[in-house]
Amino acid sequence: MNNELLNEFTFFILAIFVGIEVISKVPTILHTPLMSGTNAIHGIILVGAIWIAAGANSPLTIALGLVAVILATTNVVGGFVVTDRMLEMFKGRQAAKPPTSK
Amino acid sequence: MNLLIALAYLVAAVLFILGLRQLSSPKGARNGNFTAAAGMVIALGATIPLLHFTRAGLVIIGIGVVIGAVVGTFGARMVKMTAIPQMVALFNGVGGGAAALVAVSELLTFGAHPALSQALPSVFSIVIGSISFAGSMIAFAKLQELMTGTPITYPGQQLVNGLIGVAILGFVIAVLAVASVPFSFIALMVLALVLGVAFVLPIGGADMPVVISLLNAFTGLAVAASGFTLNNFALIVAGTLVGASGSLLTKLMSDAMGRSLGNVLFGAFGQVKTGPAAAAGKEGRSVRAGSAEDLATLLAYSRRVIIVPGYGLAVAQAQHAVRELAELLEKRGVEVSYAIHPVAGRMPGHMNVLLAEANVPYEQLKEMDEINDEFKDADVALVVGANDVVNPAARSSPGSPIYGMPILNADQAKNIVFMKRSMRPGFAGIDNDLLYDPKTIMFFGDAKDSLTKLVNAVKAA
Repeated sequence: MNNELLNEFTFFILAIFVGIEVISKVPTILHTPLMSGTNAIHGIILVGAIWIAAGANSPLTIALGLVAVILATTNVVGGFVVTDRMLEMFKGRQAAKPPTSK
Repeated sequence: MNLLIALAYLVAAVLFILGLRQLSSPKGARNGNFTAAAGMVIALGATIPLLHFTRAGLVIIGIGVVIGAVVGTFGARMVKMTAIPQMVALFNGVGGGAAALVAVSELLTFGAHPALSQALPSVFSIVIGSISFAGSMIAFAKLQELMTGTPITYPGQQLVNGLIGVAILGFVIAVLAVASVPFSFIALMVLALVLGVAFVLPIGGADMPVVISLLNAFTGLAVAASGFTLNNFALIVAGTLVGASGSLLTKLMSDAMGRSLGNVLFGAFGQVKTGPAAAAGKEGRSVRAGSAEDLATLLAYSRRVIIVPGYGLAVAQAQHAVRELAELLEKRGVEVSYAIHPVAGRMPGHMNVLLAEANVPYEQLKEMDEINDEFKDADVALVVGANDVVNPAARSSPGSPIYGMPILNADQAKNIVFMKRSMRPGFAGIDNDLLYDPKTIMFFGDAKDSLTKLVNAVKAA
């Protein structure tokens, strides 16, 4: 096992613990937004998609790269926007808007 | 990798962690999303200097980003609040698909005999990413009602799924030990797609949120594996964070339903084992239906009313009407609160989002544990478009598929008013004895129409 791989493996293991620890106290009402937010974060695969697309030089690699970039961008953009839309609702009351019924 | 880029990745990783932490508390949740997005921008920006672009590469990245951004923004902006769960499934699936394609593309460049340290994460990413993609699409189709939400089962299903699993394992070994050629890893991808479909088919629509959460964790792991393939620190850390937190979230969600994850995934939930007691006497039982005026009088002269909102309220877009009714009642001195079941709607937290959208005050939204003891003091439990979450079978009949799920004690209220479109069973497909209870009054119709009628009747009362 070379050094770089060992480093990567270390980060991997530590990230598992951090990932579990950091959300362990999430209240039920935030389950959906949290799921959606983590969904946006794995949109980081866009980095990988751009990585493989950058060097594309044959029809096959071009096709693969293009599809991968489209899918990954949809994941990252859609993920963050839909999460924001959900959370926007939560600020609701403290904006002190009187409940006027139309 | 030069120092600056490594530092930028480190900053991005820290922002992801902080973002996740803020997302888990009501106060900072929205900022948390921005924090994570900032991390994403930094990670992407830091990657650019690492790459050597071909002309074609630049063009497809440009086109791809524009298409993806437009689709993502429109999808996320246009979707109705009620359809958010399936939208999350869709965005999750495409992420998994992207991870699989990245791995395929890398294997193509490695040649026939790649080092194990690169080939192993690649095949992992292909398999898990493809399962996540196909599974998410089925979850989407079930929730969008493009296909039936009831579990699809057939004899020997577990055997078939097992055989697909064995075939996948065979191709994994072939790629790793014999030769990494396009035929073998494309076959691997196809098989994993089939397994993704086969895995979600027998799971009922009501359990889709748990499945989506699990597939979300899968995508995270596939992304982390792609990070090992590309030796990219940002992918490894972000993917693993999602894989780990997503796994925990999946467990929390199935806990909220009072079931184990294994039971959700392999229990073929909707296969109703109708116990003899439940089958007997089902026919010929009568229900009591009331008019808007009857109910308005009942509500207007109550002291305490607890509203139990469910998915039916969400589909009918009746959240504004219910708030109007609640405000009217409060003006007459009735104490009104909302009892939110952990899985009300189609996802934990879904109902809170919808009611917050209608400006229902936070203080009136009570979680199950908080309000369950108050039902016995309530004059009316007004159940709007909910069913399974108040089904006493969860407490009393061990044969029921929802047995053991914590439910709201609506049956303890002095009167129960059910607003339902019909006597049709709820999403889990189980008959509800509470509908036939002598204390129960049915008010049939679309939740929004019914509530509007009630509002007018209360005004007149």
